[in-house]
Amino acid sequence: MILQSIWFFLWGLLWALFFMTDGFDFGIGTLYPFLGKTEEEKRIIINTMGPLWDGNEVWLITAGGVTFAAFPLVYSTMFSSFYTALMLILFTLILRGVSFEFRGKVEDPRWKRIWDYCIFVGSFAPALLFGVAFANIFRGIPIDKTGLFRGNLFTLLNPYGLLGGVLFVALFLVHGALWLAAKTEGDLHDRAVRTASILWPVELAVVVIFLAASAAATDLWANYLRYPALMLVILLAVAGLLGIRIFISRKQFWAAWGSSALAIVCATFFGIIGLFPKMFPSSIRDDYSLTAFNASSSPLTLKIMLIVVLIFIPIVLAYQIWAYKLFSAKVTGESLYDDEAY
Amino acid sequence: MDVVFLSRLQFAATTMFHFLFVPLTLGLSVILAVMETRYVQTGDELYLRMTKFWGKLFLINFALGVVTGITLEFQFGTNWSRYSAYVGDIFGSLLAIEASVAFFLESTFIGIWIFGWKKLSKKAHAVVAWLIAAGGNISALWILLANGWMQHPVGYTMRDGRAELTDFSAVVFNKFAILEFLHTVPAGLLLAAFFVMGISAYHLLRRQHIEFFTRSFRLALIFGLITSIWVAVEGDSHAVHVAETQPAKLAAMEAHWESTRMAPIVLLAIPDEKNERNMIEIGKLPGLLSFLGYHDFNARVVGLKDIPADQRPPVTLTFIAFRTMVGLGTLFILLTITGWLLRNKLLENPWYLRLMLWSIPLPYLAIEMGWMLAEVGRQPWIVYGLLKTSDAASPVASGQVAGSLAAFVLVYSLLGAAGFYLIARNAARGPEEQSAGNGQPA
Ligand code: HDD
Ligand code: HEM
Ligand code: HEM
Repeated sequence: MILQSIWFFLWGLLWALFFMTDGFDFGIGTLYPFLGKTEEEKRIIINTMGPLWDGNEVWLITAGGVTFAAFPLVYSTMFSSFYTALMLILFTLILRGVSFEFRGKVEDPRWKRIWDYCIFVGSFAPALLFGVAFANIFRGIPIDKTGLFRGNLFTLLNPYGLLGGVLFVALFLVHGALWLAAKTEGDLHDRAVRTASILWPVELAVVVIFLAASAAATDLWANYLRYPALMLVILLAVAGLLGIRIFISRKQFWAAWGSSALAIVCATFFGIIGLFPKMFPSSIRDDYSLTAFNASSSPLTLKIMLIVVLIFIPIVLAYQIWAYKLFSAKVTGESLYDDEAY
Repeated sequence: MDVVFLSRLQFAATTMFHFLFVPLTLGLSVILAVMETRYVQTGDELYLRMTKFWGKLFLINFALGVVTGITLEFQFGTNWSRYSAYVGDIFGSLLAIEASVAFFLESTFIGIWIFGWKKLSKKAHAVVAWLIAAGGNISALWILLANGWMQHPVGYTMRDGRAELTDFSAVVFNKFAILEFLHTVPAGLLLAAFFVMGISAYHLLRRQHIEFFTRSFRLALIFGLITSIWVAVEGDSHAVHVAETQPAKLAAMEAHWESTRMAPIVLLAIPDEKNERNMIEIGKLPGLLSFLGYHDFNARVVGLKDIPADQRPPVTLTFIAFRTMVGLGTLFILLTITGWLLRNKLLENPWYLRLMLWSIPLPYLAIEMGWMLAEVGRQPWIVYGLLKTSDAASPVASGQVAGSLAAFVLVYSLLGAAGFYLIARNAARGPEEQSAGNGQPA
C-alpha cells in the first residue's frame, strides 16, 4: 500500500516536472509566430530554449516509462484508450523536434516557413491535447470492466475536457512569455513582457473557472473536503499565480518565471491529489476504475524502480539545473553569431 | 484488415525507421568523442574542424533518432496494450530505467555540447562529448535488455495471468541480451566508420580537403577494421545461443527442414514453405550447421518439420535476412582489410575510394536485416514461448491503426527525405575552412 502510494505521487511528480519544463517550450513555440517579427528575432526566440528543450522532453518519456513500469495496466489502458489523441501529440512533437535542427540549415525563406509552421503546431497542439487528456482523466473515462474504452476521440472533446485544454494553453503561454522576458532584450523583451501582462488575467480567470467546473464535473474536491489541510496545494498555486503579477511589476522576470513554475507544479498536484488513489477513473462504474492499488506492478518491481529513481532523478535534476544555469544569460543578436546556435 | 496485422506493420515500419538513425548515433558519437579528445591532447586545429564537420552531420541524424524514438516508447501502450499489461512488470521497468539513466544524459548534454563551445573549457567540452556517447550506448544496453527478455524470458514467474519479476539480476545478466548488445553496438560503430569513410572517399576522389579527409578516413578505418571482425566473431557465438534457446529460429534462418546429425549449411536456397522443402539448393556444406549451432559437427539439429506448423516463423524472410547480413559482414571484412593495406596510398587507388563511397548504404542494409532476422525469426511469439503476437495487440478499432499507419508512412517519408537531403548537402559541402569564430549561422 505504502509503496503503491509513493509511486502514485512520483508518477504525478514526473508529469508535473514535464509540464513545468517543457511547458515553457510549448508556450514559446505557440507565441513564436506572433512575437518573432524578423528573422533575427525568430532565431533568438528559438535559441532561448535551444539548449534545453530536448532534455525537457525526456521528462515526458520518463513519465511514460514510469507509468509502464509501475502501473502497467494504467499504461496499457490509458494509451490505447487515447489512441488517436496520443498519436496526434506524438506526430506534432515529431514536427517540433526536427524543426529546431532543420530550420536553420538551409537559407531559403520557403524552407524556413515550413518549419516555422511546424514549430507552432508542434507546440500548441500538444499543450492543448495534454490538457484535454488530463481533464478527461479527472472527469472519468468510459472504460468497462475489462478496461475496454467505450468511446472515441470525440468523447474526449466535451466541455470540461476542452476547458482543461484551454487551461494548459493559458498556463504555458504565460510560462513561455516569462521565459522570453527573462532571456531577451530590447523590443522583443518588451513585447514578451506585454504579452505576459495581458495574458496573466486570462490565465487567472481560466484557473478559477476550472476549479469551479471541477466541483461540478469531477470528484476531485472530495479528497480536499475530507482532508482540508491538502488545500495548501491550491493556496500555493494561487500564490504562484499572484507572484507572477507581483514580480512582473518589479521587473524580476526570473522570479516571475519561478512563480509560474510553482503554479504549474501545484496545479498539476491539485489534480493528482484529487484523483488519489484513482489513476484512470471509469465513468461507467466506479469500481471499474484503475487505481494505484489494483493496477500496479509487483512489490519487487516497485522496490527496484524506487531505488533506481531515488538515485538517478536527483542526479538528473542536478545536471539539468547546472545546464539551466550555464545557459541563463540573455540571448542577443550578437550571441547568435559568436556562439553556436540553431 | 485486422488490428494485429496492421499493428505489426506499423511497429515494423516505425522501429526499422528509428533504426536507420540509431546506429549512426551510437557509433559516430564515439568517433566524435575520440576526435575531440585528440584535439584536446594535441591542440591540432584540424581535429577541431573534424569534430565540427562530422558533428553537424551527427546532429541532423540525432534529431531524427530522437523524434522517431518517442513514438516507439508509447506504441507499446497504444498498439500492444495486452502485451504491456502482460509484461509491464519487467519490460516496463527496463524502459523506464533506460529513460532515467540514459536518455536524460544524452539529451541534456547534447544541448550543452551544441551550445557550450564558448561556455566550457576545452577539456570540459570533450568530457561532454564522452557523456553523450555514454548516454547513447547505455540506452542501447537497457533497450536491448528489454528486447532480450522478449527473445528469451528469464527471472519471472506467472501470476494472475501476467509475468512478474522474481530475479532482477537474471534479467540484467540475460545472456541473450548481452550478446545482442555486444553485436549491436559494434555494428553501430561499423556503420559509422563506413559513413565517415564513404563521405571522405567522396571528397578524396575530388581531391579536396585532402589532409582533412585522409585523416578522417584513417581514423574511421581503424574502427571499421576492428568492428567488422568483431561483429562476425561475436555473431557466431550469438548463433550458438540462438540454437540453444530458439531452435525454431535457427532452423528457419538456415531453411533446415529435416532433423539430422551432421546437419549441412546451404549457401543459397529458395525455401518452399508450403511443401516443407527447399526448391533449389546451392553449395551444401555437410556438418557445418551442426558446427555453427553447437560447435560440434555431429550434433543433432532440429528441423522445421519437427516444429509444429503454428510455431514456425516465416522461413523465407528469416533465411534471406540471415544470408544478407552474413554476406555483407564478410564483404565488410574484405573491404576494411583492403583499406588497411592501402591506407597510405588512398589517393592512388580511386577504384577503392569509389567502392567505399558506394558502400555507405550496405551497413544500413546489414543492420536492418539483422533485426529482421531477430524479430521475424521470433514469430509467432512476441515473448518467446509465453505469449503469441496474435494475443498481444490492443483492443482498438482497425480504422484507428490504419489511420495512424498511413500518417506514419506520410510523415516519415517526408522526414526521411528532408533528413537525407540535409545530410547529403552538408556532407558534400565539406568542412568550413576556419573553425574558430564560427561566424556562420549554423
Ligand atoms: C540499440 C539501440 C537502440 C534500440 C534497439 C532502440 N533505440 Fe531508441 N534510441 C537509441 C537507441 C536504441 C539511441 C541511440 O539512444 C537514440 C537514437 C538517437 C538518439 O537520440 O538516441 C534513441 C532515441 C530514442 C528515444 C528518444 C530519446 C531522447 O529524447 O533522447 C526514445 C523514446 C527511444 N529511442 C525509444 C526506443 C524504443 C521504445 C525502442 C524499442 C522498440 C527503441 N528506442 C529501440
Ligand atoms: C530498433 C531495432 C529494431 C528493429 C529494426 C525491429 C524490427 C522489428 C520487425 C521487423 C518487427 C515485425 C516482426 C513481424 O511482425 O513479423 C518487429 C516487431 C516487434 N518488435 Fe522489434 N525491432 C527492433 C527493436 C525492438 C526492440 C528493442 C524491442 C523491444 C524492446 C522490440 C519489440 C518489438 C515488438 C513489441 C514487436 C511487435 C510484435 C511483433 O510483431 O512481434 N523491437 N520488430
Ligand atoms: C558476419 C557474420 C555475422 C554473423 C554470424 C551474425 C550473426 C547474427 C545472429 C545469429 C543474429 C540473430 C540474433 C537473434 O536472433 O536475436 C544477428 C542479429 C543481428 N545482426 Fe548479425 N551477424 C553477422 C554480421 C552482422 C553485421 C555485419 C551487422 C551489421 C553491420 C549485423 C547486425 C545485426 C543486428 C543489428 C542484429 C539484430 C540485433 C541482435 O539480435 O543482436 N550482423 N546476427
